[in-house]
Amino acid sequence: MDIMDTIREQIEENPIILYMKGSPNAPQCGFSARTIEALTACGERFAFVDILTNPEIRSNLPLYGNWPTFPQLWVKGELIGGCDIIAEMHAKGELAPLIKEASQAA
Amino acid sequence: MTFYQAIQNKLEVSLTPSFLIIENESHKHSVPVDSETHFKVVIVSSDFDKKSPVQRHQLVYALLAHELQSGLHALSLNTYTPQEWTSVEKTMDSPNCMGGSWPD
Repeated sequence: MDIMDTIREQIEENPIILYMKGSPNAPQCGFSARTIEALTACGERFAFVDILTNPEIRSNLPLYGNWPTFPQLWVKGELIGGCDIIAEMHAKGELAPLIKEASQAA
Repeated sequence: MTFYQAIQNKLEVSLTPSFLIIENESHKHSVPVDSETHFKVVIVSSDFDKKSPVQRHQLVYALLAHELQSGLHALSLNTYTPQEWTSVEKTMDSPNCMGGSWPD
């Protein structure tokens, strides 16, 4: 399958998916770690892709989403943002409702 | 031109910010001394009016596409409109003295 189709499928089939460096238990980057902290605080299950072990996704996702850096959080097929946006939404209490709603709709 | 200067020039010319801070945070990461890989930017511009956070970041990323492809690795972005900034700025100010520094 074409890598862009793989990415599209991942994003469409997983209501909450995080592209990150490392895994939730062992993030390999401070920005990914901070994002995981905010996301796990929401208490819902989410999918993740470790881009360090998926170099093709690492090089193509930035083109797919017009977003050059990682982590990237996608909810219901839409790019929500990277570390700064997620941390700010979490601080404002806006992240949990979004995540819970996406999780329930799934 | 350093990345620092390139970021400054491009953002100033394209977004005419009323406030701009660029900080090289590369020393906080596992890269050689004096690297220019990780930057933090705080920027206030009316060009962000009516734009979502994602659209604001995409705007900045597009302006710095060349740098991001040639070694700039991470960009921490805080984007505000002038209106948002008036409330944010207050929280960033250091508090004024309330008299407690005088000896009794």
